[in-house]
Amino acid sequence: MNETTGGIEDGDGSGIVKKFMFVNRKAPYGTIYALEGLEVVLISAAFDQDVSMVFLDDGVYQLAKGQHTKAIDVKNFSPTYRALEGYDIEKLYVERESLEIRGLNAGDLLVPVEVLSSAAMGDLMKTQDVVIGF
Amino acid sequence: MVNEGPYTHQASDSAYLFAKATLEKGHQIHRVFFYHDGVNNATRLTEPPQDDRNVVTRWSKLAEDHGVDLVVCVAAAMRRGIRDENLAPGFRISGLGQLVESGIQADRLVVFGD
Repeated sequence: MNETTGGIEDGDGSGIVKKFMFVNRKAPYGTIYALEGLEVVLISAAFDQDVSMVFLDDGVYQLAKGQHTKAIDVKNFSPTYRALEGYDIEKLYVERESLEIRGLNAGDLLVPVEVLSSAAMGDLMKTQDVVIGF
Repeated sequence: MVNEGPYTHQASDSAYLFAKATLEKGHQIHRVFFYHDGVNNATRLTEPPQDDRNVVTRWSKLAEDHGVDLVVCVAAAMRRGIRDENLAPGFRISGLGQLVESGIQADRLVVFGD
């Protein structure tokens, strides 16, 4: 059995394609949510689903350039976000208000994203089949 | 999906009560998936004071009575010392693919946690 996907190698054979949205709301370090959340996103790529990621609140820091974690002895996993494209996960949405309140803009981020207003983000969430927050 | 450990956080209680109410209303539960510190709901070594609820055995009983599939993420479990040796009855350890599969198969996926 493949331990990573739980024995399911390539999709679940059902041919169903759902809209999965992963909502990242927490800072990359301090808690494990961001790191373990990213693991779910990468696994979902093996199931041929319509996957998107959202970054809001402190979650926008997950995409910030220039993360240095040596001094806190925690792995810097931010390069993984740049690898998402290779998994065909290209729908990355960041909430404008979350960026602005933290003095950030799209240029401070590691990867190209679509910046959406809070209202537009809400509309997008309404169109999803499965929303999982980390 | 249960994302927090027992006792520290209400997530597991809420998920259990929701699951129980759901079954009583005649719905089916495809699976309960335990992730992050939620994997700590699966250890049979848990021993709360006698005047408190036992969160772990409550899940085990739900699995026994209703055949609910209780799945613990292997990677999250290994990080936190949850293994087959200390797994409570009714739980099994498997991969994250089981969570995604539930999202595909079920009408609703409900997340309990922060």
